[in-house]
Amino acid sequence: MIETTAATRSVIIERELPHKPEKIWRALTQGHLIAEWLMQNDFQPAVGHRFKLRADWGAVDCRVIEVEPHRALSYSWEAYGLETIITWTLTPTSTGTNLRMEQSGFRPDQAQAYHGARAGWQKFLAQFERVVGGLS
Amino acid sequence: MDARPDVLFKTLSDPTRRAIFERLTRDGELTVHAITRHAGVSQPAVSKHLGVLKGSGLVRDRRDGRETRYSADPQGLAPLADWMKFYGRFWLDRFDQLESLLNRMDQ
Repeated sequence: MIETTAATRSVIIERELPHKPEKIWRALTQGHLIAEWLMQNDFQPAVGHRFKLRADWGAVDCRVIEVEPHRALSYSWEAYGLETIITWTLTPTSTGTNLRMEQSGFRPDQAQAYHGARAGWQKFLAQFERVVGGLS
Repeated sequence: MDARPDVLFKTLSDPTRRAIFERLTRDGELTVHAITRHAGVSQPAVSKHLGVLKGSGLVRDRRDGRETRYSADPQGLAPLADWMKFYGRFWLDRFDQLESLLNRMDQ
């Protein structure tokens, strides 16, 4: 499920997974596992730890904000002038886990980041080409 | 005209097409002949690329006598400002990959 609301300025994705929270937690917090589904990284599950997520198209600067094992994980996400916060919430269910991801902090003035990016848009688009490759 | 971000990304992910768009952004209004001279592909290929760019709202055309002149429309890039839509797609894709990983992992 995906929900984007103007009021909260968040992207929210929620999914029921037939796996225990402990297992999902490993996939969210162990570097070599994060690399398999998200990006190359130097993540450590320690509050205040700064890390980078790297792809061919560029890097995302992050800092760990909250670590509550098997329940919640939060880190900042800064890329291309966009400053947002990612919050993962794991809730046990009878069949597994409800996994919720919220990316919050999309500001009404985010267009500024876009204009900044447009100034060097050739590079910007060349990098996003890689993302699109990942999407399709 | 279909100007969703993913359509724009797809349109501009082709290097030749992107080069044509960059050239129009840089040099202003050009004819197909002028674009073809530097494109490294045939004129029909350039025309086809221009058609795709026009369909995505990135390029405008205007009849000038017997010729058609093409120019870049920077406003066509505006949908890329919709980061929320972009990340919506991004995370859905990552969730799929996460699920695939979880299915491969031991308990």
